[in-house]
Amino acid sequence: MLEESFQEQIDAERKIEPKDWMPDDYRKHLIRQMSQHAHSEVIGMQPEGNWITRAPSLRAKMILLAKVQDEAGHGLYLYSATETLGISREELVQQLHEEKAKYSSIFNYPTLSWADMGAIGWLVDGAAIVNQVSLQRTSYGPYSRAMVKICKEESFHQRQGYEIMAEMAKGTAEQKEMAQDALNRFWWPSIMMFGPQDSDSPRTGNAMKWKIKRQTNDELRQSFIDKTVGQAEVIGLTIPDPDLKWNEDRGHYDFGEMNWEEFWSVVNGNGPCNKQRLAHHKKAHDDGEWVRNAAKEYARKQELLLN
Amino acid sequence: MSNLFKYTLRIADSSLVLGQRMSEWCSKGPTLEEDIALSNIALDLFGQANGFYEYAAELDGSRSKDDLAFKRNEREFFNHQLSEQENGNFGTTTVRNFLHDAFNFLFYTELASSKDEILAALAAKSLKEVKYHLRHSSNWLIRLGDGTNESNLKVQEALDFLWQYTGELFEMDEVDNDMLDNGLGVDNIQLKIKWDELINNTLKKAKLKRPIDGYMATGSRKGIHTEYLGFLLAEMQFLPRAYPDAKW
Repeated sequence: MLEESFQEQIDAERKIEPKDWMPDDYRKHLIRQMSQHAHSEVIGMQPEGNWITRAPSLRAKMILLAKVQDEAGHGLYLYSATETLGISREELVQQLHEEKAKYSSIFNYPTLSWADMGAIGWLVDGAAIVNQVSLQRTSYGPYSRAMVKICKEESFHQRQGYEIMAEMAKGTAEQKEMAQDALNRFWWPSIMMFGPQDSDSPRTGNAMKWKIKRQTNDELRQSFIDKTVGQAEVIGLTIPDPDLKWNEDRGHYDFGEMNWEEFWSVVNGNGPCNKQRLAHHKKAHDDGEWVRNAAKEYARKQELLLN
Repeated sequence: MSNLFKYTLRIADSSLVLGQRMSEWCSKGPTLEEDIALSNIALDLFGQANGFYEYAAELDGSRSKDDLAFKRNEREFFNHQLSEQENGNFGTTTVRNFLHDAFNFLFYTELASSKDEILAALAAKSLKEVKYHLRHSSNWLIRLGDGTNESNLKVQEALDFLWQYTGELFEMDEVDNDMLDNGLGVDNIQLKIKWDELINNTLKKAKLKRPIDGYMATGSRKGIHTEYLGFLLAEMQFLPRAYPDAKW
């Protein structure tokens, strides 16, 4: 009965709000997906944070730092939105530390040159936008509203990233080489950000029925590739996929086979930076414990003084 | 090089170097909210540095603001030694910034009435931000000083160590004197009285002991620094130095 009226509400495109009844699996699916999204924003601060102190101009420094700060802000909105499902931020962070919760695998790749800041903004934020624009229409109200807010900032980030790539691609020979190298390293991991192919994505069925997801992984991936090919051509960089070509019949680009072995291996913890990213997050959390304790103790003392 | 140029450059250097230190906190804050606040402060400081370097470059006539920031060696940097001190733990950063913010707050308050209109405008803009920085560092100093025993010990230790870098904030050399005589610069010696009052009040609230003046470091006005600055610059300046022909 409840389940039926829930589905009716979804089918009628009315948002589900925190106090509405929802199936346990809907709640679990959202907690998993939204916390993974929040953790991705926060862990995603690290690869770019790696270059803040080395940004090559005052302007570049400010743009990059502001961008990474935005990501921290997105993490905050998303944790808060997830908390409306009845779980605390502490629990979510604990799940991350215990490796029960995941984050986007893209952040397990190292950033090796300044061009990587361009590639991440252009490709990683670009892929994230395709996904998030679709999620603006997700059925859960707080998630949908968080996405609307986040999308505005992400499209800005993508333009900034593309600008770095464009600038380097028309720069010195060394800069162009760095830009191409960054594209070579980040292309495949970026298109794998959309997750496994629909045929291997076990949770897609319910997520589509409940309109948590509005488009499948493969649809989103195709839309990202179609958008990006032309952008690479404009700045004279080559996408590292020999099978990439326009398919007149489909009205889309065909593209080569992704390395799913690598994908699953990174998802399961065996990527170039998995251990480092988690260790960094844990260390910051542990180093901050005495500060959080002091703040709590101070607040307690102040309350005593008032009473 | 004019005294106005040197004076402007010193301010820019302190903002940039402290901003650089603050930006090192990104993704390492004790809470996500605090991480955002620390980045905000870094961004304000970079913005201030940008403004003062722009003016310095204009006065210099031959170098760009980025040349000034990225193409000078440590002996050519004139930031206060306090600003280059390492972040240490969150308490060390809090103390360093508090001491610096209190100085900056008073300094910019005075500089905002400089006869040089550009310096005055840059100071007035910076002052708005520094007020917030001072509130942030003071609040944390009080919270940590009057928090747990552990936090009190940590900030007291940081205070005892960093105190030696507060002396030179109030020095006056020939550049400062010339700027003051012409109604362009600030009387740092006068600032000291207000600074003492501000510091003493906050330390009292934070249940911290004011260190006794002992050895005081000096020399940043002549490009003398602690050993930390060279590493900070090496990291910060790496790209423009390694690829001098590149535009970014």
